[in-house]
Amino acid sequence: MSNHHISVTVNGAVQEADVDARLLLVHFIREDLNLTGTHIGCDTTHCGACTVLIDGKAIKSCTYFAVQADGAEVSTVEGLAQNGDLHPIQEGFREMHGLQCGFCTPGMMISSVALLEQNPNPTEDEIRWGISGNLCRCTGYVNIVKAVQYASEKMQE
Amino acid sequence: MIPPSFDYEAPTSVKEAVAILGKNPEAKILAGGQSLIALMKLRLASPEVLVDINKIEGLGYIKEDDGWLKIGAMTRESDLDASDLVRKKYPLLADTPRVIADPLVRNLSTLGGNLAHADPANDHPATMLAYGAELVASGPKGERTIPVEDFFTGPFETSLAQDELLTEIRIPAPDGKSGGAYVKMERKVGDFATAAVAAQVKLGNNGVVEQVGIGLTNVGLTPIKATAAEESLRGKEADQAAISEAAQLASEAAEPEEDPRGSVDYKRALVKTLTHRAIKAAVGRAQGGKS
Ligand SMILES: Cc1cc2nc3c(=O)[nH]c(=O)nc-3n(C[C@H](O)[C@H](O)[C@H](O)COP(=O)(O)OP(=O)(O)OC[C@H]3O[C@@H](n4cnc5c(N)ncnc54)[C@H](O)[C@@H]3O)c2cc1C
Ligand code: FES
Ligand code: FES
Repeated sequence: MSNHHISVTVNGAVQEADVDARLLLVHFIREDLNLTGTHIGCDTTHCGACTVLIDGKAIKSCTYFAVQADGAEVSTVEGLAQNGDLHPIQEGFREMHGLQCGFCTPGMMISSVALLEQNPNPTEDEIRWGISGNLCRCTGYVNIVKAVQYASEKMQE
Repeated sequence: MIPPSFDYEAPTSVKEAVAILGKNPEAKILAGGQSLIALMKLRLASPEVLVDINKIEGLGYIKEDDGWLKIGAMTRESDLDASDLVRKKYPLLADTPRVIADPLVRNLSTLGGNLAHADPANDHPATMLAYGAELVASGPKGERTIPVEDFFTGPFETSLAQDELLTEIRIPAPDGKSGGAYVKMERKVGDFATAAVAAQVKLGNNGVVEQVGIGLTNVGLTPIKATAAEESLRGKEADQAAISEAAQLASEAAEPEEDPRGSVDYKRALVKTLTHRAIKAAVGRAQGGKS
C-alpha cells in the first residue's frame, strides 16, 4: 500500500496532504478538507452527486483517486460564490426553484457551470444532454433546466 | 466503498509502464478508471499495483496518417465526440461515444480502455469490428499490430499480454462513397446496450456494396462480427430486400442471453431491426457523399 504526497489546488487554495493511494477524491474533499458540499449518492458512478471540476472538466469524484489529482486544480460547489455573491448558477437554482431536497444540487450546478463554459447559450436539449450524468429524484428536471437558462442569460449580460 | 489497498505508480513513458507491468504479475493499468475503479470497489478486481498511464505524454491524439485514422489509446470519449475530423469523415465513430455513458464519464473514459476492458457490453468493439481496425500493442519487445478480429478472446479477455499496453487504434481511412452508423437500444441515458449494431459500407459507382463491416454489441460473450450478413450484402445493391436479408443473418449470428434487459427472442428481433436501421443509415450517409 503506497502513500503519496500530493499538492492540489482546491477552489484556488493550495492543499498539501499525504494520502493513501486508495483514497478516493470525494473522500479527500469531504473528510480531509471538510468541504461537504460535494455529496456521495450512489458511490457507483451513476448519480453525479459527487461531481467536481478537475482542470475545468466535470468528473465524478467517487471514481477518481485523490493521488491522481496531484498537481491539478479542483473546483467544488464551495468555490462558486465569490465574496459572498452567489454565482449566477446558484442564483438561478434559487430563483427558478431548481431544487427540492437539494441533494443533487451541488453536482447539478458544477455540471451546469462546465456546460456553460463550453456552450454559453445552450438550447433546452443541450442543457438536458449536458446534465444527463446527474440524477435528480425530486424535481423532474424542469426547474433545473430553467435554472441553467437563467444562469446562461445572466452570464451573457 | 473504498477499494482494497494497492501500490500506485505513475510512469511517464510507455517503456517505464511496460517494465512495471513486467515486474508485477498482479499489476493493472489505470486509464479512465471508469470501469476499473468500480470493479475495485466491488472487489472484483484487486490489483497489487495500479499503473496510472494518465501521466504518459502523447497517448491522446486523433490524426490521419498514411491511409489510417490513428487514435491514441488515451483519447477520451469527450475528445472523440468533439473532433471535427471524426464528425466529418468517420460518422460511425462519431455516433459511438455519444451513446456511451454520460458527459461526466466521457470526460475520463478512454477509447483504449473501452477496447481493453472487453466487456461484451462496451460499444467501441463492434464499431472497430465494422471498420476492420488494427490495434497497436506495446510490450517489452516493442510494438505489434493486432487485427481487431483477433483481439477479443472472451468476456473481459483480450489477446494483450499482461505486460502489454494498447497504445494506438488504427481505422482505415474511408475512400470513395463510404459511410457508417452505430445504432443502439438503451433503456435510458448511460445504460449499456440491450443490443447495438455498427455498420460501415463502401459503395461502388454503380451503387453496389463493395465493402461492408457489421459488428454486434452485447448479444454474446464477445462482440460479434456478423460475417454471413456482410457476405450476403457484398456485391449487391443495398435495396430493401438485400438489407432485410443481411439483417436476418445478423440476428442469426447473435447469441444473446436473457437478462433484465430482455429475453433471447426479443434481443434477436432487436438485432434484426437495429441491423436494418444501421445499414440503411450507413448507405444513406455513403450516398450523401459523407464518408
Ligand atoms: C455509468 C457508466 C455507464 C457506462 N456506459 C457505457 C456504455 O454505455 N457503453 C460503453 O461502452 N461503456 C460504458 N461505460 C464504460 C466506460 O466507458 C468505461 O470507462 C470504459 O469501458 C473503460 O475505459 P476506461 O478508460 O475508463 O478504462 P479503465 O477503467 O481505466 O480500465 C478498464 C480495463 O482496461 C484496462 N486498460 C485500460 N487502458 C488500457 C490500455 N491502454 N492498454 C491495456 N489495458 C488497458 C485496465 O487495466 C482495466 O482492466 C460506462 C461506465 C459508467 C461508469
Ligand atoms: S456518488 Fe459519484 S456518481 Fe454517485
Ligand atoms: S432536489 Fe432532491 S435529488 Fe434533486
